[in-house]
Amino acid sequence: MEMYRSHVMICRGTGCTSSNSEQIAKNFEEEIKKHGLENEVVVERTGCFGLCALGPIVIVYPEASFYSMVKPEDVEEIVKEHLVKGRVVKRLLYAESVEENRIKAIEEVDFYKKQVRVALRNCGVINPENIDEYIAFDGYKALEKVLTQMTPAEVIDTVKKSGLRGRGGGGFPTGMKWEFASKSQNDQKYVLCNADEGDPGAFMDRSVLEGDPHSVIEAMAIAGFAVGADKGYIYCRAEYPIAVKRLAIAISQARNYGLLGDNIMGTGFKFDLEVRLGAGAFVCGEETALIASIEGQRGMPRPRPPFPAVKGLFGKPTILNNVETYANIPVIFNKGPEWFASMGTEKSKGTKVFALGGKINNTGLVEIPMGTTMREVVYEIGGGCPNGKKYKAAQTGGPSGGCIPASEIDVPIDYDNLIALGSMMGSGGLIVMDEDNCMVDIARFFLDFTVDESCGKCTPCREGTKRMLEILERITEGKGEDGDIEKLENLAKNIKSSALCGLGQTAPNPVLSTIRYFRDEYEAHIKEKKCPAGVCNALLNYTIIEDKCKGCGICAKNCPASCITGQPKSPYVIDSEKCLKCGVCMQKCPFKAIVKK
Amino acid sequence: MKTIQELEEIRKKTLDTINVRKDRSGTRIVVGMATCGIAAGARPVLLSIMDEVKKHDLADVVVAQTGCIGMCRLEPIVEVYKPGEDKVTYVKVNPSKAVRIVNEHIMKGKVVDEYTIGAGDK
Repeated sequence: MEMYRSHVMICRGTGCTSSNSEQIAKNFEEEIKKHGLENEVVVERTGCFGLCALGPIVIVYPEASFYSMVKPEDVEEIVKEHLVKGRVVKRLLYAESVEENRIKAIEEVDFYKKQVRVALRNCGVINPENIDEYIAFDGYKALEKVLTQMTPAEVIDTVKKSGLRGRGGGGFPTGMKWEFASKSQNDQKYVLCNADEGDPGAFMDRSVLEGDPHSVIEAMAIAGFAVGADKGYIYCRAEYPIAVKRLAIAISQARNYGLLGDNIMGTGFKFDLEVRLGAGAFVCGEETALIASIEGQRGMPRPRPPFPAVKGLFGKPTILNNVETYANIPVIFNKGPEWFASMGTEKSKGTKVFALGGKINNTGLVEIPMGTTMREVVYEIGGGCPNGKKYKAAQTGGPSGGCIPASEIDVPIDYDNLIALGSMMGSGGLIVMDEDNCMVDIARFFLDFTVDESCGKCTPCREGTKRMLEILERITEGKGEDGDIEKLENLAKNIKSSALCGLGQTAPNPVLSTIRYFRDEYEAHIKEKKCPAGVCNALLNYTIIEDKCKGCGICAKNCPASCITGQPKSPYVIDSEKCLKCGVCMQKCPFKAIVKK
Repeated sequence: MKTIQELEEIRKKTLDTINVRKDRSGTRIVVGMATCGIAAGARPVLLSIMDEVKKHDLADVVVAQTGCIGMCRLEPIVEVYKPGEDKVTYVKVNPSKAVRIVNEHIMKGKVVDEYTIGAGDK
């Protein structure tokens, strides 16, 4: 490899790619050539930097200058000024990184300062399509150590000591899972990776696969050694084309280097991997449904026990871990389980990646030590809610989780605290809601999702969630009745205790959690037929404020239902019986005389 | 198949070239590359520094550039920042002087006094 004085890192994760970062990369290459810098400056396409809201992102080393929202036409200026003359183009830098006298490097800005990147250690730092760059930052060193210096029992012991728990949702101790599978006697065992990330708004696993696919491959080989498996499958959803492509490249590079295959590193250990694509069913993220799907069956869960560690893929002992869980494994072996266990809280060790979304300024991917508070995540890293709105709650755990209200904002985030609050860690989706979000509507949204994704195999989930959704829809339409809340709670309790798989058992959580913290909002919908947040259309009325109306008639002219009447120069009136609540009148009124309440 | 030794070689070689992205605590050689610097010949200076760094496999050395340092008549200017030491400013540098700076100052820790701003401005 050549030595370059400057490295231009361009994000080619899904977010930045969809805002044209490939064109930016090409422009850089062209401009650099034009200025004769091709032997001094290298352009690398890399994984997600995390601050997706401000993409496309370009980082220029050695200064670590953080360019955000770069457009293809900006490239010429960056090359001419920064790369030729060494003058950073302040205008294009991420605003937060510019101080009066000084420009901050990427790791100094607030968004990154509190983060500890373990699973995301290589995202945005290496070119994920070049195995050498992964190897350079201690890649495949953990596998080497495991194969040459350790026994399978020692490997499992190390994972147990680290305290690592499954990052996909349940939080089951990873070392114990491995131990169960290693104790199952069989001629054939399997190692699976769950990359069927389906929670709305979650993209942690995608970013790991796109930015650092080798970390997952290395960890799966280690797992194979630990449990005695020689074959693995990565089950990745087909909606992640960039991740699938990079995985395929990484697997073939690893095979070329003999890091997968028959005689890995000359040690005689044998392990190989294949990728299987999911067709988009949410339930296939459930372990037994995922296994059925890989086998070529319809993706539906089955009762447990037997657990996959005893009887899994093709009836053989199988371990299944999530992408982020695997991404932590090589570091645990390189830096030691004590190092890993030194981060986090008593029962939740290490870090967790969250996908920040919703009403938050810095939408993106963050990795924080367990035990960080929601306040730090929302205000210090996330930059608070846009337009100065008030934080109301954060939803974690997606359709299986619940919400953390403003009153609990200082609780340290870990597995057990979130469960105590009626939510769960889940895979790491974190949706922030402000005062304009209606909590009944949020519950309805998530339940709508689970009803849609229920596979239909068991009755509690198939019928029960549907009935709950019907009640919620009635409430949001202003047809709620006394006793609806109790009915919801009762149904929820029964579904939780009787559904077949995790999807059904956790589906009522968003409803229970919003009732627990925002019962008053439910009551306002049912008793007063009002939506306090102003979201549920059926409960809102558009009215014209007499004093403000100048009688211009623009509202009446634009109303598609012709329900606004009046005489020019005197106040107009909306007939709420006929009103469609489309909001056009409010948009068109030049005097802001129309309100929704 | 790569042996463990071959992997280690790849690791070391690649790390030298990309470590600048993670560890930026080593020595920084900064070349003034504004219009004045470029006109005075800063580009060949920069290239010869890079060649020399590459030749000697100096892993913890970063070669960067900056804008106008403010003494255009003394360009090309090269500044060396070693961790824990004062900045050293070399003036009127040319490619052969640059080679000496790398060999003596960077590699052996001996400042080339006669090229520094204190001596060169006389």
